[in-house]
Amino acid sequence: MAYTEEELKKELETKEYEYGFYTDIESDTFPKGLNADIVRAISKKKNEPEWMTEWRLEAFRIWEEMEEPEWANVRYEKPDFQAISYYSAPKKADPNKSLDDVDPELLEMYKKLGISVDEQKRLQNVAVDIVVDSVSVATTFKKTLAEKGIIFMPISEAIQEHPELVKKYMGTVVPKTDNFYAALNSAVFTDGSFCYIPKGVKCPMELSTYFRINEGGTGQFERTLVIADESSYVSYLEGCTAPSRDENQLHAAVVELIALDDAEIKYSTVQNWFPGNKEGEGGVYNFVTKRGICEKNAKISWTQVETGSAVTWKYPSCILKGNNSVGEFYSIAVTNNFQQADTGTKMVHLGKNTKSTIISKGISAGQSQNSYRGLVQVNSRAENARNFSQCDSLLMGNRCGAHTFPYIEAKNKSAQIEHEATTSKIGEDQIFYCNQRGIDTEKAIALIVNGFSKEVLNKLPMEFAVEAQKLLEISLEGSVG
Amino acid sequence: MLEIKDLHASIEDKKILKGINLEVNAGEVHAIMGPNGSGKSTLASVIAGKEEFEIKKGSIALEGEDLEDLAPEERAHKGIFLSFQYPVEIPGVSVTNFMKTAINESRKARGLEDMPANQMLKLIREKSEMLEIDRKFLSRSLNEGFSGGEKKRNEIFQLAMLEPKLAILDETDSGLDIDALRIVADGVNKLRGKENAIIVITHYQRLLEYIVPDYVHVLHDGKIVKSGNKDLALELEEKGYDWIKQEATV
Repeated sequence: MAYTEEELKKELETKEYEYGFYTDIESDTFPKGLNADIVRAISKKKNEPEWMTEWRLEAFRIWEEMEEPEWANVRYEKPDFQAISYYSAPKKADPNKSLDDVDPELLEMYKKLGISVDEQKRLQNVAVDIVVDSVSVATTFKKTLAEKGIIFMPISEAIQEHPELVKKYMGTVVPKTDNFYAALNSAVFTDGSFCYIPKGVKCPMELSTYFRINEGGTGQFERTLVIADESSYVSYLEGCTAPSRDENQLHAAVVELIALDDAEIKYSTVQNWFPGNKEGEGGVYNFVTKRGICEKNAKISWTQVETGSAVTWKYPSCILKGNNSVGEFYSIAVTNNFQQADTGTKMVHLGKNTKSTIISKGISAGQSQNSYRGLVQVNSRAENARNFSQCDSLLMGNRCGAHTFPYIEAKNKSAQIEHEATTSKIGEDQIFYCNQRGIDTEKAIALIVNGFSKEVLNKLPMEFAVEAQKLLEISLEGSVG
Repeated sequence: MLEIKDLHASIEDKKILKGINLEVNAGEVHAIMGPNGSGKSTLASVIAGKEEFEIKKGSIALEGEDLEDLAPEERAHKGIFLSFQYPVEIPGVSVTNFMKTAINESRKARGLEDMPANQMLKLIREKSEMLEIDRKFLSRSLNEGFSGGEKKRNEIFQLAMLEPKLAILDETDSGLDIDALRIVADGVNKLRGKENAIIVITHYQRLLEYIVPDYVHVLHDGKIVKSGNKDLALELEEKGYDWIKQEATV
């Protein structure tokens, strides 16, 4: 049967969260609530040096003085920060164990998620650092990387083993004072990834981290720090899936990228946190601060595929400090049912001849709200800065919304800034055309959405692009078959 | 192959088809002509299963199987192909990718594995050469920025790729210049065979000089008012449709 607009909408709404299961692993969980003692306890639990504890406490004091921001185009019940437990580690995890020693239940969980470490190791040239709740469970390919002098480890280990690097760079791109969630993260982050690429080294493999939230009622606060020293290159992949939960879960990560002279960082994310059920209950709040700084001739490229979370607040940004530096942002944001996303980027042009490109694709279905918010800022000394922005929205049905908030501040007359925007709708005619060629409605929607998102999907590393395509289909189709 | 009996169809309570009877056998080419608004395109859409049209009475059967309860994609899997008068654009989806998906979906419906890539490539090469289609064209987004002629040629390319039992060409000649018309018609003629049938819907006799039909039917006000052989098309060209309308009202 052919689909009317009405049926199409219904079909889109019947999508259920595919990864909704809960693995029972005994957890070592802190009591709920946040105060200076909890911050100290987290630091102690991680055996951190004094300077780190002080850093956290300062962040906590800053956070206490701050207000939760309200300018984003999202509506949600504010989390009660005293009702969250700030530390949870799977009890059976031991970073010294080999993969074979890992809790079979954990491995089973990865299998369900389709991210089995074994498979990753065998099939792809990918080093995987897995974060379950807050503690890293397994790190692979460490040796190969070590030979090149590349450091890739949980940030908690880096604090112990490479304090000089962590001290020098942490908080330099996203300061503790940056915003409410960044301050919170600085105070309570439990783990995350650390990566350092030495001068002139091209990282021979994609570095990858899969994050997930597992313990009910716990927030997750990862901290990621990637440093690409002069003339080095690294491609970093981050993927997320989370099991279905009733209560809202808070996720407030901070990612800092530092690209020194002539270095290049490519950072790709596939985000699939639990989006809530189709009545709009539950789901992850994703309030993330991601920012990179480019020194001379450096390049940072952000690519993100956002399909999950009940509320998304996320603006991976580039500070183009050095002359001739380049910033890129490629994004696909999908919202369905009652999801809300306010996402985009900031490109801050400080150096001369700096260039930035923004390609944003928003797809809204159900009763969701999808906003692009982007800032292109050209400093008075940034001669010949160039920006190209393209924001496309695809709507399904009549009850969802797509919004574009482009901010442009140019203080130098030589700046060239272009902004293009389109809004389109999946039409019954397109669906019927596909149907007539033997392609059912579900497959037709996948085809049209993939076509719409192609420019961004093409920017992802191959194996990630396949996963991302799968996620787009899961996010937008009925659960038929 | 196709049997239409006393077909009545409406859209939003507006009656468009008012009792169509038509029988098309394998190996035959039928032309359906008629003035604007006579119901030609509606007939094509109803056969293909477009749901905004409601069948009020009568039946459509393909090889003895009633089509009424079949979804458009199921009808496609059974071998019905509609060359659209206004093919839609699907940005970012290449002609090749679209065809690959269509072919494999039809194969899946028949319980077959995906077509191996080398076989697919061979098929694409064969059919694109037959229709004098530049290979670069196949990597472009489906119908996006295509000229009228390119869109129609692309429809016939899809027809050649899918090899349906029954092909319905809805105003395939509109928007084609004479060279494109010749290429498209040549392509269609190459696809004519004992096992399949073609229905050509057209306004003008011009296309029928190239695709010579076995039967010509004239549609007027939702009914077939006259049928004949190819000479009927010539007669229409000469006299226009008015005499048919008059004859029909008598």
